[in-house]
Amino acid sequence: MTGGAVSWRFLKVWRRNLWTYRRIWKVSFLTPLLEPLFFVAAFGLGLSGFIGEVPYGGRHFDYPTFIAPGLVATAMMNNAFFETTYASFVRMYYQKTFDGMLATPLSLEEIMIGEIAWAATKSVVAACLMSGVLAVLGLVKPWSIVAIVPTAFLGGVAFGAVGLWITGLTPHIEMFNLPVFLLVTPMFLFSGTFFPVSTLPAWAGAAARAFPLYHLVELCRRMQMGAGEYPAWGSAAYLVVFAALFTVFAVRAMKRRLIR
Amino acid sequence: MDAVVHVENLVKRFRDVTAVDGMSFAVGRGEFFGLLGPNGAGKSTTIRMLYGFSPPSAGSVRVFGLDIRTHWRTIKARIGVCHQENTLDPDLTVEENLWVFAGYFGLPLAVAKDRASELLDFFALSHKRRSKVADLSGGMARRLILARALINRPELLILDEPTTGLDPQSRHLLWDKLESLRADGITVLLTTHYMEEAARLCDRLVIMDHGKILVEGAPEALIARHAGAHVLEIGGPSRELRDYVRTEGLSHDDLGDRLILYVPEGSPLTETLRTRFCMERCTWRRSTLEDVFLRLTGRELRE
Repeated sequence: MTGGAVSWRFLKVWRRNLWTYRRIWKVSFLTPLLEPLFFVAAFGLGLSGFIGEVPYGGRHFDYPTFIAPGLVATAMMNNAFFETTYASFVRMYYQKTFDGMLATPLSLEEIMIGEIAWAATKSVVAACLMSGVLAVLGLVKPWSIVAIVPTAFLGGVAFGAVGLWITGLTPHIEMFNLPVFLLVTPMFLFSGTFFPVSTLPAWAGAAARAFPLYHLVELCRRMQMGAGEYPAWGSAAYLVVFAALFTVFAVRAMKRRLIR
Repeated sequence: MDAVVHVENLVKRFRDVTAVDGMSFAVGRGEFFGLLGPNGAGKSTTIRMLYGFSPPSAGSVRVFGLDIRTHWRTIKARIGVCHQENTLDPDLTVEENLWVFAGYFGLPLAVAKDRASELLDFFALSHKRRSKVADLSGGMARRLILARALINRPELLILDEPTTGLDPQSRHLLWDKLESLRADGITVLLTTHYMEEAARLCDRLVIMDHGKILVEGAPEALIARHAGAHVLEIGGPSRELRDYVRTEGLSHDDLGDRLILYVPEGSPLTETLRTRFCMERCTWRRSTLEDVFLRLTGRELRE
C-alpha cells in the first residue's frame, strides 16, 4: 500500500540528499581530485619503468594511460556503493529518514530510486572531476570529461542498486565490511583495472568478465583512450540489465525490511 | 457523523502475534481522539495502519471516506504524522528540515519558506531557525517535529506519544499549541501514556489492551462510570473495613496492603467512610482517568 507507484517525486528524495551534501561538498571533492594523483604517482612513476608498454585492444599503451580509465571506473563504483551502503544505512537505521518520508505522499519505491539516483549523481561528479585531473596530466582524452557522464550514471545506478540491496539485508552497519572485502576489493583488483584481462588464463578471464566493474572499466577505456577488448554494446547491455535487476531487488529487500 | 477516520474490524498479525485484534472506531471532524493503553497494547501498530505505513491483515481503514489501500497517496497528502521517534534530519538546519519536508508534499520552495517561518513563529522556534537539529533541546525538537507535521496544512494530525520524555514546561506549551490548533478545526488522533494529557486534550478516547478496545467514551464519562467521583486509598485496611466494603457492595480494588475504594458522586456512604475508616494512612481525592486505566488494564508490569 505504500508502494506500487513510481513518479517524478523520487527527485525530492534526490534533492534532500543534495541539500545535505552541500554542507560537506568541499571535503567530498578532495578525494576524486587527489586520488588519481596518488595512484598515477605510485603506479605511473613507480611501476611503469618495470612494466613498459601494455598491449590492449590491439594497440600498445604506456602504463599510466592504461590504468587511468580503470581508476575512473573504480571511483564510480566506490562513490555509488559507499553511498547506498554506509550512508543509506545511517539514514535508514539511525536517522529514521525513511520512516519520516513514508508518512508523506512518497512511496517506498520513490525513496529507494531517489537514493540510487543520488548515488549515481555522486559517481558522475567524481568521474568528471577525476577525468579533469587526468586530462590535465594528458592521460585521458579531454572531451571524455563530458562524454563520461552517461557511463558514470549507468555505473552509479548499477553499484548504487547493489549497495542498497545489501543495505536492505544487513542487520548491522559493521557487517558492510563483508561485502567490501568479498566483492568490492576483489573487483577492484581483478576487473582489468591494473592489467588487461585478456592476458589472464581463460578461466580467470571468464571470471573477471562476470564482474560489473570489468564492463564499466571497458566502457571507460573506450571513451577515454579509444580502445577496448570487449564489445561496447555488450558491456552496456550487461550494466543496464544488472542495474535494473538490482534496483528491483533493492526495493524488494527494503520493503520487507521497512514495511511491517 | 462526518467521520474523518473510520476503522472497522481492523486486524494486524505479525508472524505469531496478533497485535491488533478486531478494532473498530470512528473519529469525527474536529474531534480530538485518544488511543490509550499500556506498552504493547497495539497503539502504535494501529496508528501505523491509519497513515498507510503498514498494511492491515484484515479489516478496513477509511480516511476522509477513502480506502487507505487504494488512495494512500491522496490520504497521506492530507494528514500530518508526528512520530514517537525523532525522525528529523540531523544534517539539516531547523528551517531546512521544514523546506525539505514540504518538498515531499510537492509544495514549491517559496510556499514552503512562508509556511516554515509561520510555523516556527507559532512554535516559538524562530530564534533557532538556522541552528542544527542536534543543538535543539528535547522540547524544541518535539515542537519542530510537530511543526513539520503541519507543513502541508493537514486536516488530520496523528500524534504518537507527542510529549513522552518532555519536561512539564515543554509539555504544557505543547498542550497549549494543540489546543489552539483545535480552534482552527483540525482533527487529532493521539496516543499517550499520560492520563492527564488524555483527560485534558481528548474529547473522546478508547482504552485498549491486547489489541482490543476495552472502553470508549468521553474522559469524564469514563471516570464516572469506572472510578466513581472520589477515590479513597486506605493503607493497612482492617478486617472491619473489608467486611463493611463487602456488605455495602462498594466498588473497590484490594491490593493486600492497600484498599482502594471508588465512591460515586453523592454516595450516602461518604460520611461513614470518611469518619469511621479514613484515619491515618488514608487519602481522599477526586477520581482520575489513571484510576480507570489501572482498573481496566491491571496493575502488573508489562515489560
